[in-house]
Amino acid sequence: MIWNEKMECATRDEMKAIQSERLVETVKRIYHNVAYYRDKMQQAGLTPFDIEGVEDLHKLPFTTKSDLRDNYPFGLFTVPMSEIVRLHASSGTTGKPTVVGYTRKDINMWSEVVTRSLCMAGVHKNDIVQIAYGYGLFTGGLGIHYGTENLGASVIPISGGNTQKQIQLMQDFNSSVLCCTPSYALYISDVLNEAGIDPETLNLRVGIFGAEPWSEAMRKEIERKLKLRAIDIYGLSEIVGPGVSCECEYQQGMHVHEDHFIPEIIDPVTLEPVADGEVGELVFSTITKEGIPLLRYRTRDLTRLIYDKCSCGRTLVRMEKCKGRSDDMLIIRGVNVFPSQIETVLLEMSETEPHYLLIVDRENTLDTLSLMVEVQEQFFSDEVRKLQDLRKQITHKLESTLGLTVDVKLVEPKTIERTAGKAKRVIDKRNI
Amino acid sequence: MLIKQISVFLENKSGRLNEVSQILGDAGINISAFSVADTSEFGILRLIVSDPDKASNVLHESGFTVRESNVVGLNCPNQAGALARALKILSRNEISIEYLYAFSMGNSASVIIKPNDTERCIEVLQKNKLELIKASDLYKI
Repeated sequence: MIWNEKMECATRDEMKAIQSERLVETVKRIYHNVAYYRDKMQQAGLTPFDIEGVEDLHKLPFTTKSDLRDNYPFGLFTVPMSEIVRLHASSGTTGKPTVVGYTRKDINMWSEVVTRSLCMAGVHKNDIVQIAYGYGLFTGGLGIHYGTENLGASVIPISGGNTQKQIQLMQDFNSSVLCCTPSYALYISDVLNEAGIDPETLNLRVGIFGAEPWSEAMRKEIERKLKLRAIDIYGLSEIVGPGVSCECEYQQGMHVHEDHFIPEIIDPVTLEPVADGEVGELVFSTITKEGIPLLRYRTRDLTRLIYDKCSCGRTLVRMEKCKGRSDDMLIIRGVNVFPSQIETVLLEMSETEPHYLLIVDRENTLDTLSLMVEVQEQFFSDEVRKLQDLRKQITHKLESTLGLTVDVKLVEPKTIERTAGKAKRVIDKRNI
Repeated sequence: MLIKQISVFLENKSGRLNEVSQILGDAGINISAFSVADTSEFGILRLIVSDPDKASNVLHESGFTVRESNVVGLNCPNQAGALARALKILSRNEISIEYLYAFSMGNSASVIIKPNDTERCIEVLQKNKLELIKASDLYKI
């Protein structure tokens, strides 16, 4: 089923007209309400009159995560707090989270795009949807939740973790749709296997998986092990959360809800738009959001856009699965991790720059993060207890900063390889 | 009466201990006593050597994490109950021991103690007429 045929099947010209109208209105609103944006536009020699339609989009300055950080927490909101009905946050580069606020209309828009996404995935109102994304500041749980209710399907708001319970409810409530990170889906399949439960005895039909990168191979594995159709959903809190784009049943790229979010692909070095169909960094402009509309927000995700009409009948542009990042952000179990956050924690504990190496791996389908820290003289003690305390302290600090458990290993100096004077900070052993 | 001990951080991998002793040997430094504290992930090597400052330098230059700390040397009679008596005195004076290592030979036993408070430990031991080992004697062993 196509939830909003008018928008999802519009001709290119129709879509362009919708986008232009909304963009012009958004630029005006931002310019008049946010001093930061106004300054930025003035520095670029722009006034709202210079933006007459999507063809002028490229003139606008980019927005980055650091703009959000510099205006922490509410500096980029275009409405007073009395209009904001919800706040979400994701981890930022320096320990301070990236905060986003939603008006009631924003929540409705978000629900709409998630509902459309669920329909793309083949979910309908008779489905029982088990939402195993985390609920809370993370947009995953609540984002899918509202969209599922809006569709009229039955929600099981179980949140993440507690795998035994997840399986029990799948069995007892006949869940037909599972929403979680792809790595957690694989983990659930392993636990099912260990418990001797045949997935054929479950009622699962569709899986909506996102919040971390995953490969086609992983999709095949999940589909085989859980006996469902695995659908990729994309989103980031800065734009709205999950539901910025989603695959349809043909699984040939994710349809972007471009009547709300205009995608562009740029060269991350020259910042110029790339030729049609080329891979580059994905940039979004939100054109209907009220709380915190963002113009030309650099996602740092690398992908390409496909404008051909899809077999499902939708004309919404599709984006390919993301091929990587143009920065050093890691996504581990759905959590954004920047090496600089780890550096900050280590720097708080010693005067000099620590040498460390992050190792990301996937064990039993779940991502693991371990950290090797070179024990330099300012850390070192002749007492075992003090070194073990140090290790615990680093572990706790990292856990509270990142929201992830990190396995900390103390190693001798010069253990970590230096290349041209600079140490390599991250080894990602996952086969994504 | 303070004795300089040097400690070296070691990962649990083969050949490291050998490397440390080789470096010290090549520098003409003699080891009087040493102990290894190990956990599942790492080890701490503690050494009493003929020239602590030089040892610390050569190990540091070879890329090891080295630290100097002060310990107390106690000379005990090599007989039953002698160590217990000394430890009892420390405990009664509320001096706790982070770690100790010892060896006995002939009529006496040498105990290296890392107390929580080195100065007070020496004071208490002296007050109770226990024999302390002089640093210069220990480095020469």
